Amino acid sequence: MMHPLRKQRMQWICLILISTSVATALIAYMLRQNANFFYTPSQIAIGQAPLGVSLRAGGEVVVGSLKRAQQSLAIEFLVSDGLHSVKVTYEGILPDLFSEGQSTVVTGKIDDQNTLHAVQVLAKHDENYTPPEIAEMYENQGI
Amino acid sequence: MNVFLSPEMGHIALIIGSCLAFVQALLPLAGSYTGTVRWMQMGRSLACGNLFFVFLAFLCLSNAFLSDDFTVRYVAQNSNTLLPIYFKFSAVWSAHEGSLLLWVLILSMWTAAVALFGSRLPLQFLSRTLAILGLISVGFGFFLLFTSNPFERTFPLPPIDGQDLNPLLQDIALILHPPLLYFGYVGLAVPFAFAISALLESRFDSAWANWSRPWTIASWCFLTIGIFLGSWWAYYELGWGGWWFWDPVENASLMPWLVTTALIHSLIASEQRGVFRSWTILLAIFAFSLSLLGTFLVRSGVLTSVHAFASDPERGIYILLFLSIVVGSTLALFAIRGPVLMSTSSYSGTSRETFLLINNLILTVAVAVVLLGTLYPLISDAFGLGKISVGPPYFNFFFVPLTFVLLIFIPLAMRSSWGNVSTKAVSSWLMQPLLLSLLLGLIGSTTLAYWVGEKGNSLLAIVTMTCVSWVFVMILKDFRDKIKSSSFTLLPVRYYGMVLAHLGVAITVLGAGLYAASGIQRDVKMGIGDYAVLGGYTFYFSDIKRDRRSNFSFTQAEIIVSKEDREIVTLNPEKRHYFSNPQTMTEAAIDPGLLRDLYVSLGEPLDDDHWAIRLHVKPFVRCIWLGGAMISLGGLLAVLDKRYRRRKICSQDRANLSVQSASEI
Repeated sequence: MMHPLRKQRMQWICLILISTSVATALIAYMLRQNANFFYTPSQIAIGQAPLGVSLRAGGEVVVGSLKRAQQSLAIEFLVSDGLHSVKVTYEGILPDLFSEGQSTVVTGKIDDQNTLHAVQVLAKHDENYTPPEIAEMYENQGI
Repeated sequence: MNVFLSPEMGHIALIIGSCLAFVQALLPLAGSYTGTVRWMQMGRSLACGNLFFVFLAFLCLSNAFLSDDFTVRYVAQNSNTLLPIYFKFSAVWSAHEGSLLLWVLILSMWTAAVALFGSRLPLQFLSRTLAILGLISVGFGFFLLFTSNPFERTFPLPPIDGQDLNPLLQDIALILHPPLLYFGYVGLAVPFAFAISALLESRFDSAWANWSRPWTIASWCFLTIGIFLGSWWAYYELGWGGWWFWDPVENASLMPWLVTTALIHSLIASEQRGVFRSWTILLAIFAFSLSLLGTFLVRSGVLTSVHAFASDPERGIYILLFLSIVVGSTLALFAIRGPVLMSTSSYSGTSRETFLLINNLILTVAVAVVLLGTLYPLISDAFGLGKISVGPPYFNFFFVPLTFVLLIFIPLAMRSSWGNVSTKAVSSWLMQPLLLSLLLGLIGSTTLAYWVGEKGNSLLAIVTMTCVSWVFVMILKDFRDKIKSSSFTLLPVRYYGMVLAHLGVAITVLGAGLYAASGIQRDVKMGIGDYAVLGGYTFYFSDIKRDRRSNFSFTQAEIIVSKEDREIVTLNPEKRHYFSNPQTMTEAAIDPGLLRDLYVSLGEPLDDDHWAIRLHVKPFVRCIWLGGAMISLGGLLAVLDKRYRRRKICSQDRANLSVQSASEI
């Protein structure tokens, strides 16, 4: 017979072990499901990005590429990393600091036309700030 | 300009303050081992001296801001002559250097408070605690002096005017949010120092837990107010109507809050029953480590976030180093001393101990979820697995169910008794409230569905209403029974605190749940004379005008909201253009109400006379912050309880106390 106190402790340890392993497995699974990978417009242009999967892309909004629909809030614009550009569509209100020639990061899915349908558009929130992904993208290009 | 409060004076004061902290870290600690009473006693005066000099440094920096001294680089970067005076003052902590100085100042305040109010602590314990706090202060003081000196001048050519405070931060809530949050963050250093001192002298009796409790609850209160204030600010100032974004920086404040909540509850069990002692110590260590991690996440710029205004990797590395030293050394100490901490009493499966343990488990899992979700992008990047971000669906998937499970257990823990309770005793008082809350949940969601349309009848609304009713029914029942057997005045203050705080949690969940279940929003294109209908309300765009105020010009729309041909309110959302800065700001217009908020924000101009406009109808969103206020107030009542103001306890009383306190509450 185990000492009752020790038995109680053993039960707790088993319970904690089981629940932590279940929780860890579930967390790992959900993280994989909900991770939005970042792709550069070049990667998207050469087909490296998966289709129909939520992902992020970023770069500079090409000057003169912004088009608005007549009746709705639908818009489309091109995002470029200097080498290639990708077409982005979005419906809704743009962030305050969004403008042509500025950098942006968008989240959405790519269709078979290589157009990114964004559900979220972020612009930098401070004139001195560049999103780290974009800073690194330019660094890798040697710009 | 006041010469006495010059930036150089501030710099010197900061150096002296850090030196005092250094002595405070060494002398009392050495004294506690050699038994030199005089050295140990010096801890208290050193703590007060440190507070004096750090406060002087803070005054000097404030003076530089108030007198527009743009020769100081930090002032030039974050202030402007046109700024109203109260924003000039709050600009002191608007960026890295100043907010770090505030961090150090608040640490000095907490340390001095421990020195002053800790007279009932044994001298050896107090001196060790003060030494630990001194060490932390030295770490941050040196960080400030060597990597981020706020007093640096820009000779020889100072700018004529400053670059201005970021417009997002020009807001009343932002004057208060960072200091309150810091009081919470930094206050966690106190239970941490208590835990380390306890490990150093292997003392974990109920007296120790009793000393630690008021400090833990106090810093938790500040953290609570800070987080809710931040969420309120994000709601009306970021302009797009959310109240929690799972932004890494929000997570950074949520994690220590969750751990501290767990700590408060496990301290109760440790104090009254002598159980979970090693767990309590571990939680105290983690709470402070997570607040350091939060500082690292906010200040290192490793994250893409609304808070990452300016960043410097070098500073991040310093904090990361500091963090790893703190966590590494304390965990090592814990590994050496921890095994001594054995529980002394047993308890059954339906006792309060069990329910508190379940509460702790849920909170710990919640912290793990948030921690992994926040750090996963960093880890993935560091190992070259790709740049990713983790979105709200991940967090909601775990957090929403965990919250409901937590709500189910809250009243169970409050209502159950300590020790070996039989299962029958519990189930006898369980059935009635259970049925009642199910009924209330159904009635509530049906009413909601009738009021806001079919969206109100969702599963989320039903579960929310049922869980919230469950908490209310059980707590009120418990309250009624307590009043019957005792009387209003005989019940301890902390009991009222507990009731208020837990009802607050339920109210917050009610607000969050119903907002998520039945809130509606729409982005529309509108010109003058257009109207849009949302949730039974008619929004009529009547006018648009342009004007200016002291440091910005603005475009203001006039939108008249009516329901069933009855005019309710006129809302004036704005777009602001700051002169010093090309940045545009969205100022939402809100008609607040306990039952619903009407929220309108002005988007970008589409063509000559059309604008993008976002309309919201948000039922019960105010409950989120109302609940937050109740939680904080409940915590405040708990701190005020006279139990924590007892005079010095001699060792003989202590044995009596543990018996006596077991029967209390």
